[in-house]
Amino acid sequence: MSNPAAESPRTLVVERVFPHPQEKLWRALTEGPLLAQWMMNNDFEPVLGRKFQFRTEPVAHWNGVVDCEVLMVDPIQRLSYNWGVGGSDSGLQWVVLWTLTPAEGGTHVRMEQSGFRSDQQAAYQGASYGWQKFFGALEKVLSGGTS
Amino acid sequence: MVLSVTPANANYVFRALSDPTRRAIFEELTRQGEKTVHALTRYAGVSQPTVSKHLTVLKRAKLVRHRRQGRETHYRAQPDALAPMADWLTLYGAFWHDRFDRLEAFLERMEP
Repeated sequence: MSNPAAESPRTLVVERVFPHPQEKLWRALTEGPLLAQWMMNNDFEPVLGRKFQFRTEPVAHWNGVVDCEVLMVDPIQRLSYNWGVGGSDSGLQWVVLWTLTPAEGGTHVRMEQSGFRSDQQAAYQGASYGWQKFFGALEKVLSGGTS
Repeated sequence: MVLSVTPANANYVFRALSDPTRRAIFEELTRQGEKTVHALTRYAGVSQPTVSKHLTVLKRAKLVRHRRQGRETHYRAQPDALAPMADWLTLYGAFWHDRFDRLEAFLERMEP
């Protein structure tokens, strides 16, 4: 795995090679009941624009809900969704991007979580928008703006 | 586990860095070391009172500190104050590593 903190304080990367075929990884990432087995309960469907939630036990400062929207479905290779904590307008927004590539003995899985929206539309709007929104939202959460 | 990023200074830090001009000033100080208010004003391309206001916000977040020398005030960055930003990386880092472990275990028992 890499050390994202050294590259950028806004991006987190976790990588691993799993000794399983790419198609199997894709199913584990995109079939809701399978996803629930290792990620969180969810109503995910691999459909562009699909809004869904991950749900887990509520804890202090967090109701246990992650609001998501599918941004990219590129079968068996790439999957991306928004990752919103604390409400879509006032909460924290990240983008999660999964990339699967064949590797020796299995499949290389890369998860990138970033404070920027990495889709084209946001790139057009400019990176400062993502940064600003990210920090603006984070600030609200930290000052108790959400349950 | 996922969202307990709440150190006392975090609000100030995030607020300070949510403004593009302040972010630019902070980044410039990180790159260049110490700079005077005058030099920062030239760099930022806004009025000196505006720069001073931004510096006050950065100072409150402990992202910069200053010293006076003659009639000039010199500022330098205090990157340690960025710790709250690192916190979300730590928290989510732990979260994703845990999920990768669970995925690995799940793949073992999943139908091929």
